[in-house]
Amino acid sequence: MSSSQTSASSLPPLSEVKTASLNTSPALQVSTLGSTERPDAWWIEPVLSVAALLGFSVYVTWAVSQNANYHIGPFLSPLYSPNLQEYFPKLFQALPWLSPAYLVLWVPLLFRGTCYYARRVAYRSFLMTPSACAVGPSETASALYEGETKFPFAVMNLHRYFFYLALVLVFFHWKHLVDAFFYPQGVGVGIGTLVVGIDTVFLTLYVFSCHSWRHLLAGKLDCFTCSAVDKMRHGAYKRQSKLNESHGHYFWFSLAAVWFADVYIRQVASGNWHDTVYLFGQGLTTNPF
Amino acid sequence: MACSHPTNAPHPKANSASTTIKGGTKAVAEGTVATFSVYRGTAESGEMKTYQVPVAEGMVVLDAVHHMQANDAPDLAARWNCKAAKCGSCSAEINGKPSLMCKTRMDALPLDEPITITPMKAFPVLKDLVTDVSWNYRVNERITPFTPKSDDTDNWTLYQEDVERVQEFRKCIECFLCQDVCHVIRNHDKKNDFYGPRFMVRLASLDMHPLDTVDRLQAIKEEAGVGFCNITKCCTEVCPEHIHITDNAIIPLKERVADRYFDPIGKLKGALGLNKSRK
Repeated sequence: MSSSQTSASSLPPLSEVKTASLNTSPALQVSTLGSTERPDAWWIEPVLSVAALLGFSVYVTWAVSQNANYHIGPFLSPLYSPNLQEYFPKLFQALPWLSPAYLVLWVPLLFRGTCYYARRVAYRSFLMTPSACAVGPSETASALYEGETKFPFAVMNLHRYFFYLALVLVFFHWKHLVDAFFYPQGVGVGIGTLVVGIDTVFLTLYVFSCHSWRHLLAGKLDCFTCSAVDKMRHGAYKRQSKLNESHGHYFWFSLAAVWFADVYIRQVASGNWHDTVYLFGQGLTTNPF
Repeated sequence: MACSHPTNAPHPKANSASTTIKGGTKAVAEGTVATFSVYRGTAESGEMKTYQVPVAEGMVVLDAVHHMQANDAPDLAARWNCKAAKCGSCSAEINGKPSLMCKTRMDALPLDEPITITPMKAFPVLKDLVTDVSWNYRVNERITPFTPKSDDTDNWTLYQEDVERVQEFRKCIECFLCQDVCHVIRNHDKKNDFYGPRFMVRLASLDMHPLDTVDRLQAIKEEAGVGFCNITKCCTEVCPEHIHITDNAIIPLKERVADRYFDPIGKLKGALGLNKSRK
């Protein structure tokens, strides 16, 4: 079955090659929505993905529109990170209706929206091109499909720039994690510290397992041994490739961690829940705020 | 394996398969009979016909097809060769999933329902389970072969670190299951615009080769149409050689194309004549 290798330069473009006619037998048709012979529950994954992402989107839309209860003591909701109100107080005094989250959320939105794993989820679950392997898309989708060659989907090719911006977010998340140890009464580790820590760790794993980062580390090189620097880059590339294998898991874990961190901080800030903290030298304290 | 049964009457012991889990597969009870629904016909017309086949331990779907040929349908057309998942000949769709018939064990299939076997639907059917995959050969001809830096092969020094990426791609057996499951080819019929996953793998193996001298990025973007892939990873799911087609071949190619065509800094460098040649 091995294919022959001949000179390509003298051949006409592929568009001029006559291909054999398609199957017209009704038993072999594939391009009606959901057409498949798969007896397994292939629809579960797209349905769960739609439910999870829509649920998260509705929650985030509500949470950022609140413009309240996102900051308590040393904790800042990840949806509002970095806290622009802290850096540009005059702007938000002049525009009190403006939620600072609106000015930062576009970064994680674009990073996640153009993420290679998220593209798989979105194309399968929302655009149904296709919903699952060997399951037919709609005839409309078949007629309109241009992949990522044209706007708006060509924007996916800019993922690396949103990765750079996500690095800024990671920096601020680690800053918030350090802050989360410093309670008004002293230094300690509380439930909130752990919640912020889990969010920070999963966001870091998600961002640094990125395919674009893998490419920039050394994937773009053809020769890994041509210089000492290239050898170092290859070492980092191999380690990152291990991380990259779980990129999809980190996508979901970090999404859940962001959601829970916002829920926790919002509930503590609104007084519904009480944080518990072990303060060094002082012992266990409940309701430190 | 020697007995044959009427195709329109249920076997007396049909649906008696045991469901005991044993190492991820099911132990099949002795005397179990599986019902198959197999495509019979051509590209223009055909129908699903039912066959019943006794199941033996260790049996694969290709064994069942051979049983049908030997007992019920001597004119059933099926392509096969090695029966060891290495020649890539017996590609078909089993229960709707593109699979090698010789690598799909009967004890991994639900035997309480008819098992469907159809030809690869992305390619024109010649007869029954045999398809015309020659379009793939026409695509392959369009790829400029490996073009080394020097004809003096004695001076080639290749380190394992430099070739291990490419070695993964060399595992491809050209079964074309990835081409079959790829919705760009299968459903959208973009055969004129997109080479398909198998040839993205080949292009990656050449573009990443430290000794290859050809600048292939324009061909990868324009002629091969890497932008038509939307990363749904079905090619990776069906690959019998477990090649990470999407993560290790297609995405890296997309990133290389982005380096040149979607990187504003790179474009500015190009306009100023500061871009270094990749090769």
